[in-house]
Amino acid sequence: MLTILNTSLIGITAGSIYSLMALALVLVWRSTRVVNFAQAGQAILSTYIGYEVISRTNNYWLALPVALVAGAVIGALVDALLIRSLTKRSANGPLASIAPIIATLGLLGVIRSVVGMIWGGDLRQYKAPVSNIGFTFGHTTIPFSRYNLLIVITTIVVMIVFTVIFQKTSLGLALRAAAFQPETARLAGVKVDRIRTVGWAFAGATGAVAGVLITPQSGLSPNSLDSLLIYGFVAAVIGGLESLIGAAVGGLVLGVGLAFIREYVNSNLEFPSTFVVLLLVLLIKPGGIIAARRGRSA
Amino acid sequence: MSALIVSDLTVDHGAIRAVDGLSFTVQQGELAAVIGSNGAGKTTLLRALTGLKSTKAGSATWKGNSILGQKPENLVRQGILHVADGKSVIPELTVEENLNLGGIWRRDKKDVALAKSEVIDLFPRLGERLSQSADTLSGGERQMLAIGRALISRPELLLLDEPSLGLAPLVIEQIFHAINSMRQRLGLTVVLVEQNAMSALKIADAGIIINLGKLVAAGKSADLVNDPALRAAYLGY
Repeated sequence: MLTILNTSLIGITAGSIYSLMALALVLVWRSTRVVNFAQAGQAILSTYIGYEVISRTNNYWLALPVALVAGAVIGALVDALLIRSLTKRSANGPLASIAPIIATLGLLGVIRSVVGMIWGGDLRQYKAPVSNIGFTFGHTTIPFSRYNLLIVITTIVVMIVFTVIFQKTSLGLALRAAAFQPETARLAGVKVDRIRTVGWAFAGATGAVAGVLITPQSGLSPNSLDSLLIYGFVAAVIGGLESLIGAAVGGLVLGVGLAFIREYVNSNLEFPSTFVVLLLVLLIKPGGIIAARRGRSA
Repeated sequence: MSALIVSDLTVDHGAIRAVDGLSFTVQQGELAAVIGSNGAGKTTLLRALTGLKSTKAGSATWKGNSILGQKPENLVRQGILHVADGKSVIPELTVEENLNLGGIWRRDKKDVALAKSEVIDLFPRLGERLSQSADTLSGGERQMLAIGRALISRPELLLLDEPSLGLAPLVIEQIFHAINSMRQRLGLTVVLVEQNAMSALKIADAGIIINLGKLVAAGKSADLVNDPALRAAYLGY
């Protein structure tokens, strides 16, 4: 019984981070119809910037917002300088239509190399701002620490903030309109190009938060977020790629599912299982668990 | 005074010349119906006028300012609103959100609220369905919503692309009646693109008949309707 609880707790923490990464991918997919593989690169660069803040000031609470803003700026720049001109030409044939996606793969390589040149390939570490040792009840220590709680709460806060922005503000209405029907949005006066860049900025900020949160547990290297990109992508596909709720649910389902496979089946199967899940979702319910139509309105 | 002046406008659609040296004018406060069969170049004409399609040659001015080459979102800010055919509401949004979209760029939020209540007075059925998803609306209601959204932007020039498309005759009559009453009340200049020549010319001041991208005839709608040759060849009644 305790093992089931412990396994679930491990899964929920991991799943929260997957949800954040999934959300970052969904925000870009919704706004531009691009699967942004560079998200891992943007997040790693933002996390290194956060790492620099921590090494200088020893202040995690300063590093988090700095990385968040850096992530937003990087995301906006990627869209404004690269993706926007590629998507404009996407009607010029089959290669041109997938060019933005391929470009994000290229960009991932570029960012990783640049990060490697600046900071080197060694694994770097910084400490969590609160205890990373599990809560103890009597003689039992559970695998859920104050820091894990921080991760889960931060994820919930991010989800709530985005839900409020999307549902209750004019910016959110413009973001949704531009995502659903860009031409209709333009004819109503929405500056769709700018709005898309805002979507990329939001995504960049979210990815940065995921990177800063996971690093005390995973360490930091130029490719330390690569597996998170894959987990986040699979979580986003489980959730239908369209909705915030889908990203949250997809992340949690994947996190908890993988934790159980590691605990009860075979820890070597964790990574391959991710891809099996991806294939099963695509084969059985290609629209994702949260149906796209319903999910989109959220 | 001619408010909208289109001269020698030429637009290619792939390898096809969709609009071929088209010239016409629309007076301020006038309702002009652009009549033509399927493929005459009507939709391409509107898309070229509002920056959704690039033009090959020619010019178009609204109140003396060139409008070609401007982005649609900027034309909206100059009072030029294009209601595209068919799917110009966003089904994933609620009726109210679709309406709010029309005022999203406007600073004067008080007037946006006023315009919204005027639209609901004009189309009471929208008022009853504000919180419903636009997906649940009938074809006629969707058209009302699309026009209503444009009105919230306080247009001076309204370009309507086939508002009668796919609607039942009775609904078409209601929509056209609404278009006519609102444009008279608000002093709007309207370009109404239609295949449905009879209904359109009934409410229009002027008619512009095009075929294969070229101008066939232009004039007062009453004169066009009474020309037997035009009636037989282009107006279909």
